[in-house]
Amino acid sequence: MNAVKKYLGIVWIALAIAIAYFSIGIFGGKLTSGKQDDLVFGIIIFFILLPMVVTGLTIFGWYAVTDEYEED
Amino acid sequence: MSDKKTTGIWKVISASSMGTMIEWYDFYIFGSLAVVLSTKFFPSDNPTAAFLSTLATFAAGFVVRPFGALFFGRLGDLIGRKYTFMVTLMLMGGATFVIGCIPSYETIGYAAPILVLILRLLQGLALGGEYGGAATYVAEHAPKNEKGYWTSWIQTTATVGLFISLMVILITKGLMSKEAFEDWGWRVPFWVSILMVFISYMIRKNMHESPVFAKAKSEGKTSTNPLKESFGHKYNLKFVLLALFGATMGQGVVWYTGQFYAMNFLKTVQSIDSSQVDTLLGIALLLGTPFFVVFGWLSDKVGRKVIMMGGMLLAILCYRPIYRMMYASTDLATKTEVVDQTKVVPSIKEIDATKMDSIYTTTKAYTDGTTVEEIKTIHFEAGKVMLDDKGKDKIETKVTKKINSSDKWFLVLMVFIQVIFVTMVYGPIAAFLVEMFPVKIRYTSMSLPYHVGNGIFGGLLPAISTYFVTTAKDAGDAEFYLEGLWYPIGIAAVCFIIGMIYIDRKINTLHD
Repeated sequence: MNAVKKYLGIVWIALAIAIAYFSIGIFGGKLTSGKQDDLVFGIIIFFILLPMVVTGLTIFGWYAVTDEYEED
Repeated sequence: MSDKKTTGIWKVISASSMGTMIEWYDFYIFGSLAVVLSTKFFPSDNPTAAFLSTLATFAAGFVVRPFGALFFGRLGDLIGRKYTFMVTLMLMGGATFVIGCIPSYETIGYAAPILVLILRLLQGLALGGEYGGAATYVAEHAPKNEKGYWTSWIQTTATVGLFISLMVILITKGLMSKEAFEDWGWRVPFWVSILMVFISYMIRKNMHESPVFAKAKSEGKTSTNPLKESFGHKYNLKFVLLALFGATMGQGVVWYTGQFYAMNFLKTVQSIDSSQVDTLLGIALLLGTPFFVVFGWLSDKVGRKVIMMGGMLLAILCYRPIYRMMYASTDLATKTEVVDQTKVVPSIKEIDATKMDSIYTTTKAYTDGTTVEEIKTIHFEAGKVMLDDKGKDKIETKVTKKINSSDKWFLVLMVFIQVIFVTMVYGPIAAFLVEMFPVKIRYTSMSLPYHVGNGIFGGLLPAISTYFVTTAKDAGDAEFYLEGLWYPIGIAAVCFIIGMIYIDRKINTLHD
């Protein structure tokens, strides 16, 4: 299980990068579309969720890779 | 446990739960009244945008919850649990009361939504400080192997708060005409809060400090810098992140899908009459609430992880079938209209010298007892139909369905099943979080992942999912009504995998 935890750490880091990449690609236009509902959604995604998910998941993945979650 | 000890802990639980329940009531009254608030505090020329703005303001309260957790969590770890959550109670009650006093957009313009936003932020800060304190306080009074059971009473408060908010709204609506409620009656539930806060204050002021915290303080073992110790040290930060990504993130989206998204879905996607929705949701919540205690108790026997992860998995697998069945139950395309009962009443509403609305109110009846009222409003300016921001004719159609009894009970069952998922993920989580962190930084450390997971990942769900549904509907997607579920399903799936792999039994025996 320790090996699974460690190697999945790479998956979490990759997932964080993928989320950032696809979010910018798919939702990037929402902030500049000129529509109020798009703007509200864009703000939620880009200024709240994305920084939290990308930063948190990257640190979590790094801790997993460096065996911080290893069982004794 | 002896009778004396049991009596003592019941006093602790009732005093803590009452205050926490009121704070949830205050917090959710805003969401329960989202549809009417959108017409009061935002410009009325675009109802969808106004509704989304209201959801965003509602969501802003969730976004600041982690900051409240940091601010009040730090205070709680420095000066004590009791005094801190007394302050949060007063802050919440005051902010809620004042929301009920703000003049509408028509009276004071953009000052109205700005004031609402500021007070909503204060509500979020207060709640961020309250919950962690109450959960910690109860857990620190509970015997070692019964923390799941005793803290589950605190866990019922969120749902009971939502339930009471719906009941207060229903009673207020029942005591006055629809016009009076939409004019000023919606303010009453906000004003009621101040009375409940006063009662809770009187109960709480006689409580003693948590014995575990008091002992740590007397021995000089409390933290001097809880924020640094919680998040500046890798040993503790890794547990904060695990709590967030392996438990609270999934719990948050399951909670808000099962209760708030279900409510918004019934009202805005299925277009069911608001009072019928409040009633059926209230019944489902009432039937589901005892299961918080059942699963909290069970988590003491079989472990927290198996129950929380089980609830998350069931939610992931069942959400799409449940919402497909919910939508189908009131889909007018599958019902037979009684054509000779259809009535159309045209009317004209003069706006000013050049603008007018042409309104057609159509009432329809169906063979199964469903009735539908459709109000079509065509906006005219200088004799021509006005155009919307997409260049199309500006025509709004508002449909309200009154459903029959069998559809109502079917929807009660559908929401009840979702509430069961909520009770599985939420019942044991206070004990789970409390056991993860040491006494001296417990308030701070457990509050942050809880409020990020529940408040941000969960609290933003109605706005995000409603946006997905609206966008899919505009794009002509046949199953547009299911699109909003990708967000909770995706978040819960990642959380389930992380929780299953990274959470082990040892984590919850570190700080018993």
